[in-house]
Amino acid sequence: MDPDQQPFIKIQSLSKHFGSFTAVDSVDLEIYKGELFSLLGASGCGKTTLLRMLAGFETPSSGTIHIDGVDMTDVPPYERPVNMMFQSYALFPHMSVEQNVAYGLHRDGIDKQAIKTRVEDMLAMVELTDFRKRKPHQLSGGQKQRVALARSLVKQPKVLLLDEPLAALDKRLRENTQFELMKIQDQLGVTFIVVTHDQEEAMTLSTRIAMMDAGRFIQIGTPIEIYEFPESRLVANFIGNTNMFEGRVTENGVDHIVVQSKQPACEFFIDHGISIQEGTRVWVAIRPEKFRISKSAPESGQTNQMKGVIDDIGYLGKLSIYRVRIGDDKIIQITSPNLSRPKHGESLLDWSDEIYLSWDASSVVVLTK
Amino acid sequence: MINTNQVGNSELVAAGPAIIKRLSRSLQHRWKSIVIFIPYFWLFLFFLTPFFIVFKISLAEPAIASPPFLPMIEWADEGILRIKLVFENFVYLWEDDLYFKTYLNSLKISSISTLLCLLLGYPMAYAIVRARHPYKHILLMFIILPFWIPFLLRVYSLMGLLADRGTINNLLIYLGFIDEPIRLLYAPFAVYVGIVYTYLPFMILPLYANMEKLDASLREAAADLGARPVATFITVTLPLTTPGIIAGSLLVFIPATGEFIIPDLLGGGNVLMIGRLLWDEFTANHDWPVASAVAIILCIVLVLPMMLYQRTQGKQVED
Repeated sequence: MDPDQQPFIKIQSLSKHFGSFTAVDSVDLEIYKGELFSLLGASGCGKTTLLRMLAGFETPSSGTIHIDGVDMTDVPPYERPVNMMFQSYALFPHMSVEQNVAYGLHRDGIDKQAIKTRVEDMLAMVELTDFRKRKPHQLSGGQKQRVALARSLVKQPKVLLLDEPLAALDKRLRENTQFELMKIQDQLGVTFIVVTHDQEEAMTLSTRIAMMDAGRFIQIGTPIEIYEFPESRLVANFIGNTNMFEGRVTENGVDHIVVQSKQPACEFFIDHGISIQEGTRVWVAIRPEKFRISKSAPESGQTNQMKGVIDDIGYLGKLSIYRVRIGDDKIIQITSPNLSRPKHGESLLDWSDEIYLSWDASSVVVLTK
Repeated sequence: MINTNQVGNSELVAAGPAIIKRLSRSLQHRWKSIVIFIPYFWLFLFFLTPFFIVFKISLAEPAIASPPFLPMIEWADEGILRIKLVFENFVYLWEDDLYFKTYLNSLKISSISTLLCLLLGYPMAYAIVRARHPYKHILLMFIILPFWIPFLLRVYSLMGLLADRGTINNLLIYLGFIDEPIRLLYAPFAVYVGIVYTYLPFMILPLYANMEKLDASLREAAADLGARPVATFITVTLPLTTPGIIAGSLLVFIPATGEFIIPDLLGGGNVLMIGRLLWDEFTANHDWPVASAVAIILCIVLVLPMMLYQRTQGKQVED
């Protein structure tokens, strides 16, 4: 991304109140042209309200929205250069696939021949040419989704808003569609804003993710930033699984810190150059896949290792999930790829095995909030 | 040997549940037909049977007797069965243009009333659907509330409002708009007021039910795709509420055509409607066969458009 680029969508101190409830709480956001931007959060966090304000369905209580340099705050939806793909798809049930896709073009008063070719091109792109005479109720979920996409893209909007675009599809279809969406976005260069509660969907689709909670952004960043460098426990817990240990900083060195946790008693040595005052209460987060698991004690010494007992094993084929009991009541979750094939009738690790866990000093995330 | 034995056993085991399944399935079918049979029996008893009795009377010969017509089937001398069908009653209806005019007038009044109900009811139903939560139920309550007051009482109060010395005329005279009372009651105007007022809920309720089901995101999608409010209404809302419009219109049109009390009390002798004519034939003229013929023709006039509608509906479903 070009750092000198002007933001394409600029949201400034935007709020929306419903009575005494604040859905969106004075947020600022800049989205650049061609981005595939995700608004991620649990239901009720305000992400849908924010999207609906961008579409023009909700009037902001305060603040402004600029799209491509034009103030859109009070522009009605039918005059915005923005189209939306609805979660329910909102296909017109009394119109055929073709008529649904052509609807927006007819409203613009484009001549019939041009409409016909554009609709045909669009249907070819989403591979629905053979279904153009069908009514929505004669289509499968995936086909409806593609009609909705075609209908919202045919007007060549500056921004496409997608409300939970894949929520209604089954898992296999969802994965394919994700990559299709990315391909289409790349082809057309339209800026996509996606609302989703599915962190995996947000991770695969987006160039950047904004995590929302209680009407505010709690972190904005690339998927890698959000996953590997969460800024708070809320983000760390929402994106993927994580194991959290509470402790205090016991040593604040030049290029490292040491955190001592009580339950379980363990010393964490962290060397990625952060500095936190000694005695500060912190939370240490380690992702399940960052652990190494072994039957013999690792040689790294006393820090960055734990001893535990395997409580449960979930075998998923490509990887296994282990639930390991540390001490009396702390259970941590570990995922480990099954790199080698075990001999027949044998497994490398078994229930109730005593094992050692270790991790790299750089894998540990330290959170202060 | 062992193998075949095993196969035989498993087949036997499988046959047990299969029989039970088949039995329970046939029982289910039977239950279904019993459940369907009850309402059909009801309709047979209280709709088809009286209809055929009326139909039979319409083909009988009037007489001064009790009941005032001659029996259709008679044992003549020497064990001969004599069936006498009289079509004269229907011919009479055709020849006297009073009946034709009255049918036409009834249809005219009920058509205009249905249109007025639609024009009034559609925006009302729309407003109720769009109203916020507590108000929605209050507004809906207002629509249903008149049913709590007996129908006759409501018609009498309308008479009080519309009479020459009624509330409206008195108010207009008091305010100085008019010197003489204007004729509201015992005129077509009063009949229209009465029918529209009485049947408006029957228009609003099916429209409300239809609109309530309508996904609000469809209107948003239309707006999002560039449709102004009027275009959204014409291209999305109106076509999707057509079933409600048709249902409401039938619920108003059909009973309004045969309406008796409203033209009798509010129209006086000045507004001819088929319901009143029917009443006069039965009571004043005591001519049951002609009255029955009037009723049969009315039924045909009302049932035909319904059947046509049903057929187009069926075709739409097939599409």
